[in-house]
Amino acid sequence: MNKPAEEDWDIAITPKNNLLNLQLKDVWQYRDLLVLLVRRDFVSFYKQTILGPIWFFVQPIITILIYNLVFNNLANIGTDKIPGPIFYLAGTIIWNYFADCLTKTSTVFRDNSAMLGKVYFPRLIMPLSIILSNLIRFSVQFLLFILLLLIYYFKGYAIAPNLYLLLFPFLIILIAALGLGFGMIISAVTTKYRDLTFVVTFGVPLLMYTTTVIYPLSAAITKYPAYSWLIKFNPVTAVIESFRYGFLGKGTFSWQLLGYSSIVTLFILLAGIIIFNKVEKTFVDTV
Amino acid sequence: MPKVIKVENLSKAYQLGDFGTGTISRDLERFWAKMRGKEDPFLKIGEVNDRTKKGESDIVWSLKDLNFEIEQGDAVGIIGRNGAGKSTLLKILSRVTSPTSGSVKIKGRIASLLEVGTGFHPELSGRENIYLNGAILGMRKSEIKRKFDEIVDFAGVERYIDTPVKRYSSGMYVRLAFGVAAHLESEILVVDEVLSVGDAEFQKKCLGKMEDISKGEGRTVLFVSHNMGAIEVFCSRILLMHQGRITHDSRNVVSSIKQYLNGVKNEGNIKWKNDGNSYLNDYFIPDELFLMVDNQPSDSIFNRIENVKLCINGDVKQINPLLQIGIAVYDYNDNLIFWSFNTDNIVGELEPLPMGKTQLSLDLPIKLLNEGTYTIALGVSLFQIEWICEPNQSAPLLKLEIHGGYITSPYWTARRPGIIAPLLTWTHK
Repeated sequence: MNKPAEEDWDIAITPKNNLLNLQLKDVWQYRDLLVLLVRRDFVSFYKQTILGPIWFFVQPIITILIYNLVFNNLANIGTDKIPGPIFYLAGTIIWNYFADCLTKTSTVFRDNSAMLGKVYFPRLIMPLSIILSNLIRFSVQFLLFILLLLIYYFKGYAIAPNLYLLLFPFLIILIAALGLGFGMIISAVTTKYRDLTFVVTFGVPLLMYTTTVIYPLSAAITKYPAYSWLIKFNPVTAVIESFRYGFLGKGTFSWQLLGYSSIVTLFILLAGIIIFNKVEKTFVDTV
Repeated sequence: MPKVIKVENLSKAYQLGDFGTGTISRDLERFWAKMRGKEDPFLKIGEVNDRTKKGESDIVWSLKDLNFEIEQGDAVGIIGRNGAGKSTLLKILSRVTSPTSGSVKIKGRIASLLEVGTGFHPELSGRENIYLNGAILGMRKSEIKRKFDEIVDFAGVERYIDTPVKRYSSGMYVRLAFGVAAHLESEILVVDEVLSVGDAEFQKKCLGKMEDISKGEGRTVLFVSHNMGAIEVFCSRILLMHQGRITHDSRNVVSSIKQYLNGVKNEGNIKWKNDGNSYLNDYFIPDELFLMVDNQPSDSIFNRIENVKLCINGDVKQINPLLQIGIAVYDYNDNLIFWSFNTDNIVGELEPLPMGKTQLSLDLPIKLLNEGTYTIALGVSLFQIEWICEPNQSAPLLKLEIHGGYITSPYWTARRPGIIAPLLTWTHK
């Protein structure tokens, strides 16, 4: 009976994970689930509403109108001579994507503990589905951005899309990875002690002011040279600035800053993966 | 048969109590011990999981050193009291959580059904939820598509398939959810107590499906349930768990179940005797309940060919024509089999019981009963006025086990299917 083939086990359940092994093969097996979860998020978002998916546009439109009123007109912060609405929209959609990824991923274990406590699937599916469903949201808002861009362009405003917009896919990957990495770290840390969730709730909206959503980097450098390092320190800044530079032709682009962002992102993502892997097996016991 | 699951030294510790400011220092201590390569200091002092006793430490071993193997095609019933570790074991096998030490090796695809309708989204329609739930359970989309009609048919919700499931009745919800789960195609299926939902018709359907899976398709099934009837029907092997350990592992399903139930129902016994302070009332105070075989006192295991007599000794405190003394007999699933009262057979005038000590006795219809464990509960009442001692509410109990001696024919030696097993007289012309 004891053939060697008998020792060919498909699954081995042991106390610990290999820290860097993401079991991507397993994730690939469950790719249909990923798609369905993304679909679920998208569809359930506008269920029982009259306007349906139009709600995806309403939030950014109102936001940029308010920003334009408060920061551009009242506070007179300036927008690098770009029309206010499109300047703010560029910053807002990138920042919102990052912030949504981060806040949603950071509570992923807790929000889904009922489901995760009853059935196995690669845990990574959950944060990945958040990244993807927010990407859909982002794409819808990006369409709005392109629409506004075309309007301003043909009206003859000083907008000069250039070759740097080819960096766009890379920027999106960067911002998604950053949101995912931070989110995974926070989600893992908060499974047992929830203190950090409070920090996320009030911290993320505040963090927006340390990057260039409502002001251009150039203005920050000229007005507060002493604090501009803080703004550059935020890895999101380089992404927003490069995005603006590529599509609008204004802003501060530097390979150096983008390189810094990429390295930080890589580091955060790695740390996220390691910490996530460490808790994903037993978090149901403590969450 | 090849082995499909191999469990080695499996243990799982849980931390009791709340997590907060107090536990962080201990976590740091554990972390420090691990960093220095030492053994976790808090796992050493863990104790056996007995939920009824207050323990010394707040680390508890929900599972301790389990070792077993399961062969392909086994239908394993895991039984034990609440808190014995059954669900923890299933959780580890289905990879929801991981063990503290030890390992499990599995061959083939494993699907688990620890809860019906996991991941159902109330806003989505039945159709969308079938796909979502199927994917959560590990099915590919094409697989679900192929089985879609079968699932809808099984659940019987065709008319509602495009309605959000939040509008479903709870029964429909469960039907749909079980329908998805029942059509999983995995080599190993792990099922927790999930069949105790839905109406009788649907339960029957579920049990039938489970039987198909375990017997017809030859897949390996691990099944936790408190429904001993269901366990007895599907399972070919029993693992009895007690306080995180496997105390019994046998392919003799019926006797294992009996062993478990004997352990559980320790309140019933061979002879019941009033401690002098119980069941005090103004009408009838029961003193003793015991069984006799051929007028000899007996233990509680009987063959069906024996003449078993039940005796009730008691003290009548008041002559009252409404006083009724009787028994209720329950099977091991606590189904009531029958009631009987001393007032059932009145010949002529109803004569109330005389004052003072008295003994009532009756012949038990053992020949009618199937193999199994039965509980006899005393019932005393004032007819249509009040229960003095209600059979299903902490009444005096006697346990009775019937074993063997059913039918004289060699064609049927094991326990008969069915609730009762009467021996009827057949004639032919």
